[in-house]
Amino acid sequence: MNNFINPNLPTGEVEGAWQKTVKNLSNLTTEKKNKFEIIIVGCGLSGSSAAATLAEEGFKIKLLTYHDSPRRAHSVSAQGGINAARSSSDEKNKVGIDQLFKDTLIGGDFRAREASCQRLSELSSSIIDQCVSQGVPFAREYDGTLATRRFGGAVVSRTFYARGQTGQQLLYGAYQALSRQVNLGNIELFTKRDVLDLVIVNDIARGVIARNLINGNLETYKAHCVVLATGGYSNVYYLSTNSLKSNATAIWRAHKRGANFANPSFTQIHPTCIPPGDIYQSKLTLMSESLRNDGRIWLPKKIDSKDDPENIPEHERDYFLERQYPKYGNLVPRDVASRRAREICEKGFGIGFGGKGVYLDLQDSIKKDGLKVIKAKYGNLLEMYERIVGEDPTKVPMKIYPAPHYTMGGLWVDYNLMSNIDGLFVLGEANYSVHGANRLGANALLQCLCDGYFISPKTITSWLANNKGIDNRRIDEACKEALNYVDKKIKTLLKIKGEKPVDYFHRALGEIMISKCGISRNRNNLKSALEEVEILSNNFYSNLKIPETNSGLNVELEKALRLEDFIELSILMIKDAIEREESCGAHFREEYQTKEGEAKRNDDLFSHIAVWKFNSDNNSHIRFSEDLNFKKINLNIRNYK
Amino acid sequence: MKDFISIKFKVWRQVSKESNGSYEEFSLEKVSVKISLLEALDQLNEELTTKNIRPVTFDHDCREGICGSCGFLVNGQPHGPKRGTTSCQLYMRNFKDNALIILEPWRAKSFPIIQDLSVDRNSLDKLIISGGYFSTDTGNAPDANLIPISPKKAFSSFETATCIGCGACVAGCKNASSSLFIAAKLAHLGQLPQGINGKKERSIKMRKQMTIEGFGQCSNNLECEAVCPKEISADWISWMNKS
Repeated sequence: MNNFINPNLPTGEVEGAWQKTVKNLSNLTTEKKNKFEIIIVGCGLSGSSAAATLAEEGFKIKLLTYHDSPRRAHSVSAQGGINAARSSSDEKNKVGIDQLFKDTLIGGDFRAREASCQRLSELSSSIIDQCVSQGVPFAREYDGTLATRRFGGAVVSRTFYARGQTGQQLLYGAYQALSRQVNLGNIELFTKRDVLDLVIVNDIARGVIARNLINGNLETYKAHCVVLATGGYSNVYYLSTNSLKSNATAIWRAHKRGANFANPSFTQIHPTCIPPGDIYQSKLTLMSESLRNDGRIWLPKKIDSKDDPENIPEHERDYFLERQYPKYGNLVPRDVASRRAREICEKGFGIGFGGKGVYLDLQDSIKKDGLKVIKAKYGNLLEMYERIVGEDPTKVPMKIYPAPHYTMGGLWVDYNLMSNIDGLFVLGEANYSVHGANRLGANALLQCLCDGYFISPKTITSWLANNKGIDNRRIDEACKEALNYVDKKIKTLLKIKGEKPVDYFHRALGEIMISKCGISRNRNNLKSALEEVEILSNNFYSNLKIPETNSGLNVELEKALRLEDFIELSILMIKDAIEREESCGAHFREEYQTKEGEAKRNDDLFSHIAVWKFNSDNNSHIRFSEDLNFKKINLNIRNYK
Repeated sequence: MKDFISIKFKVWRQVSKESNGSYEEFSLEKVSVKISLLEALDQLNEELTTKNIRPVTFDHDCREGICGSCGFLVNGQPHGPKRGTTSCQLYMRNFKDNALIILEPWRAKSFPIIQDLSVDRNSLDKLIISGGYFSTDTGNAPDANLIPISPKKAFSSFETATCIGCGACVAGCKNASSSLFIAAKLAHLGQLPQGINGKKERSIKMRKQMTIEGFGQCSNNLECEAVCPKEISADWISWMNKS
């Protein structure tokens, strides 16, 4: 482990750099590969695809997940699609690759590495081939070729999809490839395991400690290297579009063992989600943004209006986006729409539970195009809304509100997807790589599959080829130390015997984070959030209640272990948001905006990745930075006007 | 309709596979009709936790009907009374004030109980592992547009591929058969050009595994189709038997 931040970027032209890099990577014979064991934590798109590919190549894989089956990982929920630059001719292909590269980098507001974005775009086409060969039933045109659609404000149509269930179909493709390797004996599945610590031997990641969720036993897993593919941490906010068990524990534990954390404050908010209806609501369901094409967003002009929306006359409605942005109206970018909705709700105009909601009204479109047309366009979405809210959106305006959706921040990795800990690779949403300060729509699935199918199998093989072998004398010692550490942590939580259940604290954390380190941030709020989280943390450790279960299975303990890490991560997110004195992408600091209320970047001071190192000696954090350089593209200002 | 209702839960409680189980009743007041059944269980569990009573164990994750984690019998029906709906998408407005809701785990030999409403569905994974895939290694895929697939065929394959592996079809079947589950996978793969050749072999492997895992045989009662939250048609079982 070292403090020097070397991203191991390729030299020379970024175009084709990955192909050149691959040529220089070391390889192994299949016979040698058979002798290496790899631990993969997480079975979503990136974990499953990496497991399947590495197993096909001959490595022995141990795959750990807290799910009962790899098919349940949160990637399954992704609706929209997957971007890929694919054309009939090489010439057109190059144009498509350049466009995807540019959109990814500009979407991320120039806070990602150019070479990584280029690689993502270059590999995208092969990903589609790979998925189709596995049997992913993508939508087709009338002539039988693959269909695409425009997505997330893109000017080109390059998003491949399987209705609104693209993530599900891609995950099942990877899951089936993985199942084949289980059948062949190359992958051993360990389900219902929560990974709670990383084992490091002579500065190299060699194992993990997991808790068996059925019997509660702590288990040790050893291997030649470790891959974390454990997803994002939007559940820091308690209410998010993420699955309930999505958590930061594995990456946070790795961070505490020395893996650097990059840009923790970069989190994405999705503008159109169903708002909470009650305190016990457990998640926010995403509604496709496409609804903004036909829905007009408004709020009553009267504060605290109790009238039914359909009875509020036209002159008493404030179509606030159309008023503030006459040209773009309801189609302003995601972050602008989210911020304006939040501001106006904070002033007391919001509707619904807790005043956190705005109307999205389809009436005018229904009048113009007819009910049939609107139903055909949004059929399954409208049904989904009605099932959850119990109101017919073709009669009563829908209620929507922004919700945390994706985290761009994650463990720092180099160009080879390896963290600063030797032998610890991080894939998918868990790492910080291509998305910069804001992720482009339909790029999440693409990144996961690039990482899992094409990048990590090559770089992991090369790393193993140069591996020195496990220090058998020291590994048992290291495992024992980590095991004792986890055991102590669990006992501490069980010993508290306070009065409040875990979710009580988690909801409180979520409220602090969403109001002060969410859609919009400023120094004063962030400073007070820091104090509030500290108080919450003290409360948690003095007043937490975990019931006695008389069995190893203990769901409240599982949740408490995750919340503990979320609390610590929150503090780092806030610190990172304070230090980044600029607005970029989804990170909006109110002090740094243009007259028009747009994000104002500061490239002189912040054209870098913030890299946080944990110092275990005094339990503190140190901030480093990795400078970003752009050779292929000039830094320019995002402009939606 | 009231905004808040009271519910009486009658829940199957069983600490582990080895122990004996029994029903336990709990009353829950002030349940918002705007929350889901699983959120009502969260509310109950918070109350139980503060009283130092072991919370009710149930499986869940995405809470939007796509991960397939959740599932138990609600008043005798897998996923409850609403058609095409998983337990997590069943909202409390579908229940009357003071309603009795009986919750029991999936009952099937191939789904051993873990605790309370949670069962082990590993047998479904074993069916896929036995042969529910195509055998192409990464990096060897041909150009995806080389073999055209008609939109109709692609969509028909997609519809069967939407199975979320929740196990409701097994729980709803009196023989605890997984015929709809394997038929859906065979139809997903078998309708695609690259799946035609291996069709028979795949079917033999998966059916053999079905017997090994202790699932029953299909008796054409069509309960599987009625309870499937993704509304996958039982016609695919006939399709499987014919081909």
